[in-house]
Parts: sequence; structure tokens; C-alpha cells
Amino acid sequence: MEAKAETAANTINIDGQEIPFEHGQTIMDAAFAAGVYIPHLCHRPGLTPHGSCKLCTVDIRNRISASSTSDRRRQTKFTVDADSRSVSACTTPAAAGQQISSNTPALNEVRKTITQMLFIEGNHLCPSCEKSGDCTLQAVAYHLGMLDGHFPQFFPRREVDASHPTVMLDRDRCILCELCVRASREVDGKNVFAIAGRGTAAHLIVNSPSGKLADSDLETGDMAVHICPVGAILIKEQGYEVPIGRRTFDLHHLGEAGLEKVVLAKTVYRDE
Amino acid sequence: MEQNPQSPSDTASKSGLRRVAIDPVSRVEGHGKITLMLDAENHIHEARFHIVEFRGFEKFIQGRPYWEVPFFVQRLCGICPVSHQLAAAKAVDQLVGVENLTPTATKLRRMLHFGQVLQSHALHFFHLSSPDLLFGFGSDPKLRNIVGMLEKYPDLALKGVKLRKYGQQIIAAIAGKRIHGTATVPGGVNKALSLAEREILLADIDDILMWSQDAVMLNEQIHTAHAEHRGFAAINSNFLSMIGRGGELELYHGGLRARRSDGSRLFDQFDYRGYQQIIREEVRPWSYMKFPYLIELGRQQGWYRVGPLARVNNCDFISTPLAEAARKRFREFGNGDSVQDTLAYHWARMIEALHCAESIQDLLHDPDIAGTDLVADLGDKRREGIGVIEAPRGTLFHHYQIDEQGLIEKANLIVSTTSNNQAMNESVRSVANEYLDGNEISEGLLNHLEVAVRAYDPCLSCATHALGKMPLQVELLDANGTLLDRLSKGGNGRIERAA
Repeated sequence: MEAKAETAANTINIDGQEIPFEHGQTIMDAAFAAGVYIPHLCHRPGLTPHGSCKLCTVDIRNRISASSTSDRRRQTKFTVDADSRSVSACTTPAAAGQQISSNTPALNEVRKTITQMLFIEGNHLCPSCEKSGDCTLQAVAYHLGMLDGHFPQFFPRREVDASHPTVMLDRDRCILCELCVRASREVDGKNVFAIAGRGTAAHLIVNSPSGKLADSDLETGDMAVHICPVGAILIKEQGYEVPIGRRTFDLHHLGEAGLEKVVLAKTVYRDE
Repeated sequence: MEQNPQSPSDTASKSGLRRVAIDPVSRVEGHGKITLMLDAENHIHEARFHIVEFRGFEKFIQGRPYWEVPFFVQRLCGICPVSHQLAAAKAVDQLVGVENLTPTATKLRRMLHFGQVLQSHALHFFHLSSPDLLFGFGSDPKLRNIVGMLEKYPDLALKGVKLRKYGQQIIAAIAGKRIHGTATVPGGVNKALSLAEREILLADIDDILMWSQDAVMLNEQIHTAHAEHRGFAAINSNFLSMIGRGGELELYHGGLRARRSDGSRLFDQFDYRGYQQIIREEVRPWSYMKFPYLIELGRQQGWYRVGPLARVNNCDFISTPLAEAARKRFREFGNGDSVQDTLAYHWARMIEALHCAESIQDLLHDPDIAGTDLVADLGDKRREGIGVIEAPRGTLFHHYQIDEQGLIEKANLIVSTTSNNQAMNESVRSVANEYLDGNEISEGLLNHLEVAVRAYDPCLSCATHALGKMPLQVELLDANGTLLDRLSKGGNGRIERAA
């Protein structure tokens, strides 16, 4: 095939750049390793890929001709290449010769729309939020040039759980990425969090007899406490301690290598 | 807080007068509205300055964690956010059991507030009020703004702009941003002032001091040279302000002092945490803004003024020499008594700006200001905190109660404009009495009403309007409640008469 002729057996091509991969890696893994940034919110190296936020959607060029495609996406508001298929980079295995588009105006427009929907479905009030400057959702919005929420606000009123002595849960900021669910299960070995409900009624629940954090096994040092990309899971009484100018995204950009470690290190509980 | 059915301003039950209904849509427009009601002899029976915006901060911070509150409530205002942040932070200090901050934290917070007051005062006078005073109240509105000032008095206007800028630089150095930064944490501050930042601020302080002195002189000249300024919007009021331990002018922390309108003291060095023993808030059905009064003087007589005029009148001295010399001249002008002239607010405002500049200079030379001991040891948690500060426009009360998990259960805020609410109504009535001619609202009257309101507050507490473009609507009602005339000034400055 043509693509194979241009591409080495163990590489994929993202936006014209040849990127090596190892067997078993996803497109996201390979991109991470090569320092190529694909926007994402629900992915974290080391945790099982989830593919729920859809921000890492990329297009892989089809190997069949355009004439055989009757793609419904032609009729959507977004311009997409009908000769390609859209996949989540975090769940799709890298395969030799893949010709991938990621940083394109059309895909970034879709990503922006997804981000806008995440904003309006919760109460993401950056001006007073203690996660501002450390928030990945906010950083992604800036990255994508999002200037407003576009859609009408949902203004949800979900329960705030401040029952735990050191951790607080503000469900109105949860974007259902399930990073805390996976961190608790796969790293902490506890299963503290889960998602309940469907559609717009989906919300984060706590695995304890009362449903409250105070009665759960959650401890301050758990990865689940620190992994939240937004301001939904917070260490109590530490907000605003980092001055403006020294917050994560004052100093780092989203695509920076090793940023995930930087973020985790910044939120480690001070008594540890 | 209580509703007073017998209030003189609640005319719903009075025969021959009708309450004005406010269309809910207008609540979000952010405009000022004045209703003038005539009696049977066509004299002004009553003037109401309506605040038609509903803010709701006290309600929607319920359920939020206490450490978030200073940064939530500072969004009340874009001109004085630091004052709100600091008042809330003082309340939060109590919630975490901190009585005394470290010397560095105290001084950084004080300097932050001096920067806030300096920039706000500069904005209030130079950008928003000086066009009225220098071009004349009735002059062409197209010229009567900061742009007109920059053309006709470029030197003066630029000094004003730079004074404001310097105040904002102080804020940015301590809070990270010029507007809506973050400086406070429970029991302290989050950032030390670097030596480099101190050097940058020191480089300009001599100019700032000089320009602040010029501003005082200018206001002194304007006020003393224009006899008509003395009686403009004249009212005789009680005064309330914070005061330092020695009776000095104090903007950050002290006790409360109130003077009656005859100059006698009502109370002094009152611990503000007991403010509910001395102040009660009355609700009137026609305004979203409450009407506080001093309990001891009662509903009818207990209204008071806050802000620069109250503070400079109330204090025994100012701790910095140049401002103190200016205060003495102010006092001489009042023949040793309180100055009640509404337009003297601007003069007092510039005396305070000078005090801020001097205080900033002192603090920049203080070794503690560059210290790194930023947060005090936290004590036992408490469920209630009350923080009070002298914001640029007057005494500001923040009162919070939290539950055992640290979430806000109840909040009460008395902002400066609320304290001045009755006084603004009285001033508006005074101006209307003097300038209303016949049954028609003239453009001149509208301008004069604006000047009176601006002496207290240039922005109606939300600062969402472009400079000098506060939309304002004035209505004139006869004794039967029939609309006689309506004049509106839009956000674009265009004046329109209702059909």
C-alpha cells in the first residue's frame, strides 16, 4: 500500500511527523513518548485508557477510496475528511503506517465544542475557583482558544461533600473523566469512587455506607485525591496558597513532557 | 434586617402617591434610577435613588468552603476587589483562630490596601469626577469625561492616570494581578515581596507623593473657591468610620467611631465584631439595597455617612505628616467642626490618597515588608468571623458563619454604598429641590443629580460601566403618581426624553 511505502514498519505519522512506537502502545502512548501533544482530559499514563472525554479524537486516513464512503459526518456542522475515520488516540492501538491528523483546524474546532459542553454542564467558575491556574480543563480551553461557553448553562446543583477531614468533593465541577475512579481502583486499591446515573444525570458517587467521603477508605495521600484535572476533588484549606505566577499553567504549557508528574507533585499533601 | 412599613420612603400605602414598579428586565441593565415625587404644591415630596441590580452574593456563597470566600466575594467589584478580599480574609482569620498575623503579613496586607485605596481614589476623582468639577456640572457631556480632560488638562489627567497605575502596581506586586488577584490565605498572605519588586516600586514613589500633594491642593482650591460647592447636595449627617487605637485615620484595622451630626461622639473604639449591637439594616420595598441605621439614634435619625468625608472628619489626626497638614487645613475650613459639604468628599478623598502614598513609602522602607514569615500559626477553629475594613468608599462589613465542615451557612455583607444609601437619597432630594424647575426634568438637573451621586460612588458598586457612562434614568411623578417627565441617559451618553 502507498502509506507503507512512505512509512517505516514501526512508525506512525502524526501531522506529517514520523513517530516510532512499540508493540502494545496506543497512538496517545506513542505521541506522549515523542513529545507530541494531543489534547486530552481523561487520560493519564499508567491508568487504563478510558476514551470518554473524546478530546483526543484524531483522524486516521482510510485505506479505501473516498467513493465507497457514505459517511453521515458529511452532513454535520463540522468539516471532516470523509476519507478518514475518527478514533480516540488514547484507546486506539498504534499500527505501522497510520497516517494521523490531530492538530487540524477542524479537529480543534470539534475539541473546542466538546470543551464548551464540559464547561456548561458544570459550574466552572474560573474567576473564584481555587483550581484556576492549576486546572487542566481551563488550560485546555485556553489552548483551544475557547472564548465562551456558547451553549446555555446547565447550572447544576449537585451535592458538595465536605464531610471528610481533609478532602472535599464539589460535584458541580466534575467532568466525569473517571481518573479518580481508576486511580482509586488501580493504584490505591480502594474503589472509593464510581459514576452513577446516565446522560446528564450522571454524577460521581462515593463507595461508603452513607455515601459520604468521611465514611469511605479515602486517605489524603491517595492518588485519587490528587489526580482530579478540575476542581472537583480538593484538599481542604489549601486553596490559593500558590501565588499567581507560580501556578502550574503559569509556568508550564499543556504539551510539556512530564507535566503529569509536575501536577501530581504540586498537589501532594503538605504533611506527607 | 427588618422591614419598616412606616418608612417615610415607603409610599405604597400613602394616598395620592404611587410606587414605581421596576420591570425585572431592568435589573440586569446596571443603571441608576431616580424617582422624584411631587406633593400637591409641586414641591419635591420625596426623592428615591434606586439600586435596581440584584447581586445575591450573600445567598450564593452559602454552601461554599470558607477559604474560597475572599476570592468569591471580591468579584463584587472591579474597582475595590482588594477591600472585599481583605475584609473577608480578616473574617477568615477568626475562623481559623488567628488573632495576630506575622509582622510581614500585616504590613503586606496593609500596603496592599493602601495601593487599593490609592488607585480607587485616583480613579474616582481624576477619571470620573474631575471632569464635572473642572468643566462645570452643566458643561457639554461630550467633553465632560477623562478624554476631554486629557485634551484640555493633559498634565493633570496624566498624573491621575499614573497615580492609579501606581496603586495597581502595588496590588499586582502583592496579589499577582492588578484586578482580582490572590494575596490572602487564612492567617496570612501567600507571597513575599521580592527585593526586585520593592526596588521597582520605590523608584516611582517620590513622583507619586508629589502628585498626591498636587491633587490635595487642587481639591482644596476647587472647594474653597466655589461658594456654590459648599451647599451643593447639602445634608447634615452622622458619620461612621474605623479609627486607629490612638484616634488616627485608619483604613485596615481598628475600632469603630460614630459622631452625631452636631459633631458629638456617639461611640468610640467599638469592637466591630459587635456591629449588630450598633447597626441595624432596614429593608424598603422599592430598592434592592438595604438601609442601615445606628440603633441608638433610631430609624429616622440614625442614618449616617461613611467614606473619606466620614473618616477625615472622625479622626483626631493622620499618622503621616503631609496628609496631617492637609487634614488640618480641611479642619480649619470647617472651623474646627465636621465638614458636612457633600462635595468635600473629593477633598477628603485626596487627603487620604496622600496618606496612602506616604504610608506606602514608609512601608517600602520597612525591613519587615520583604520578610518571608507569611503565615501565623493557626489556632482552634471557630464558627463565626466578622471582618471589617475601610474600603475606599467607606466602612465595609463581612460577616460569616460556617458549619462544622467549613462550609458557609450564613453571610451578611454591608458594603459602603449601602451605608451611604439614605445619604445619597437625601443628597438627591437636596439637589432636586434646588434645581428642579417646573414639571420638566432638564438636562442640567440630570447632570447635577449625577454629580451628587458621584461624590459618594462613581460606579454603583459593580463597576461594570465604561468611564463616565453610567446609564441613569430620572422620573418625575406628580402627587397622583402620574408620570410627568422622564429623561434617560444611555450607556452611550445619549440623552433621551420619554414620549
